[in-house]
Amino acid sequence: MIRLERRPEPSKIMLWLTPVLAMILTILVGMVLFTILGKDPVQTVAVIFLSPFSDLYNLSELIVKATPLILIAIGLSLGFRAGIWNIGAEGQFTIGALAGGATALAFHGMEALWLMPLMWVVGIAAGMAWAAIPAFLRTRFGANEILVSLMLVYVATLLLSAMVTGPLRDPDGFNFPESRLFEGSATMPLLLDGTRAHIGFIAALVAALAAWLLLGRHVVGFQIRLLGEAPRAARFAGFLESRVIWFCLLVSGGLAGLAGLFEATGPVGQLVPGLPVGYGFTAIIVAFLGRLNPLGIIIAGFVMAVTYLGGEAAEISMQLPNAVTAVFQGLLLFFLLGMDVLSTYRIRPRPGFWKAA
Amino acid sequence: MELLVNIILGMMLAATPLLFAATGELVVERAGVLNLGVEGMMVMGAVAGFIVTAESGSHLAGIVGAALAGGAMALLFGLMTQVLLANQVASGLALTIFGLGLSALLGSGYSGFSIPALPRIEIPLLADIPFLGPLLFNHEPMFYLSIALLLLTGWFLTRTRAGLILKAVGENHDAAHAIGHKVVLIRLLALAWGGALAGLGGAYLSIARTPLWSEDMTAGRGWIALAIVVFAGWRPGRALIGAYLFGGVTILQLHVQGLGVAIPSQYLSMLPYLVTIAVLVAISANPTRQALRAPGSLGRTFHAQG
Repeated sequence: MIRLERRPEPSKIMLWLTPVLAMILTILVGMVLFTILGKDPVQTVAVIFLSPFSDLYNLSELIVKATPLILIAIGLSLGFRAGIWNIGAEGQFTIGALAGGATALAFHGMEALWLMPLMWVVGIAAGMAWAAIPAFLRTRFGANEILVSLMLVYVATLLLSAMVTGPLRDPDGFNFPESRLFEGSATMPLLLDGTRAHIGFIAALVAALAAWLLLGRHVVGFQIRLLGEAPRAARFAGFLESRVIWFCLLVSGGLAGLAGLFEATGPVGQLVPGLPVGYGFTAIIVAFLGRLNPLGIIIAGFVMAVTYLGGEAAEISMQLPNAVTAVFQGLLLFFLLGMDVLSTYRIRPRPGFWKAA
Repeated sequence: MELLVNIILGMMLAATPLLFAATGELVVERAGVLNLGVEGMMVMGAVAGFIVTAESGSHLAGIVGAALAGGAMALLFGLMTQVLLANQVASGLALTIFGLGLSALLGSGYSGFSIPALPRIEIPLLADIPFLGPLLFNHEPMFYLSIALLLLTGWFLTRTRAGLILKAVGENHDAAHAIGHKVVLIRLLALAWGGALAGLGGAYLSIARTPLWSEDMTAGRGWIALAIVVFAGWRPGRALIGAYLFGGVTILQLHVQGLGVAIPSQYLSMLPYLVTIAVLVAISANPTRQALRAPGSLGRTFHAQG
């Protein structure tokens, strides 16, 4: 019937068309799902995709959601390009929030301009340190970074929980497992008063720009791409795979840590056990949806932010279970990966494909 | 003595879901496919097992439903990676994200619902043997099933021609294809088996161990099962040891908590994850041994030329 013929070069058109096609397919399957759940499919889709744009506050909330997703996905995309799979960004996010937040709590009540930069540095350093564990174990012992970084997500979540029920618990908080609220110098400056959008969004844009320059203009970016596309050639070229592994994990860990710090000192405002809500995992989808390309990731971050906010709106106005958002995001990644066959292969007719396969 | 029996029993209970999932994934990886979606398949098995049992009143139907749900998830992964030639690592992650979401959606009406726990089968006479009796001959049927499936897998991989072909496909898919084996078909079958077993592992959690459904109830066990396969060096016998070792750590941690040690429970709950990392490092640190055992085509995309 048909056969797949490898393209010499991935098709540029298909590369950017597949995310759109995947999105359309996801919406179609989503509509079937909504019908099964007994909701009006057209109305539900309209709520999900239009309500995030209904007023200025909702638009600012898009920025709030997109900021951590873009920051984390930018870091992850470097590693994914090189075939290095940091899937523990959720843990690095948590540790960044915990360490940066603890710094803020240590200087509680103090007004100082240096406090926020210090928290940023601590958040980045903590995320890097958490990611350094899989980097070290991979380069020194060959331990699989996928499993190690993932196991550390559970450890980080438990550590956060232990800290907010122990040393970092709010002394006036009636024993609730939560820290004091961050105040004054320790809160993220806002982009726009009356909203929750904060200057972390600018940091995310800067990170995207830096990644774009790195990939296109810097030798490290070249090494990352080479290691991903032709690992054997990369080894012959004589540069050390381990250096790229360290680089990718440290950068992605640092950015995830920063995103965690932003989340804790921005929209959430304190350390709570429920701080990690899965941005580290959703960012994996964002990275692929954005084609591992910095500009693409910014767009994809906003698309995913729409599904979060639209999902919440549908939860309230259409009584949809909140798990619908996760199903939607999972489907989207599936369709995206599946449709990618169109960019790397040509589909040609041929008799007897199924026999040969 | 009774405390010791209880500890070992607890270890067996904690190990059984891991053993199911690891046995399944071991066959999949032996066929050369790296399915990182074990967690997603397990959690789908858990929710399907629970819902079918709750609706039909039959544990057996629930167990079958869980295996089918896990198998269906695995075939979705197979469609992605074997037919559409998508990257296996990314597709496995997608399967986990999707499975966690879909199970939460399907199970949203069932939290707080309760079903009767899977009854134990007490094997007459044998169960009365002191010490060994309660340990070996007084379990839920799923416990015996996990051991039986492990033995079946071991026999299949080492004693049958089909098992040999499956291993050949995993070692070198191009060579296996060249001598006429149907690489894609064999891998899809292996995936379905792996998914069904992961589903059973999930169902063991939701209908035998704690007859309840809660979101994300697998809590990383699917990932630990993947680590067990590496620990086992892709050999079934050692998967049994691995699963029981991890089960032991889980249960030890609970017993230490129960003794009222002055350590916050969160630190003890970290133990299974930390031990997983430690074991991975210990196994991986010996590269010659590991390289000899990892299937040659593991994780590589197969595309028949011409």
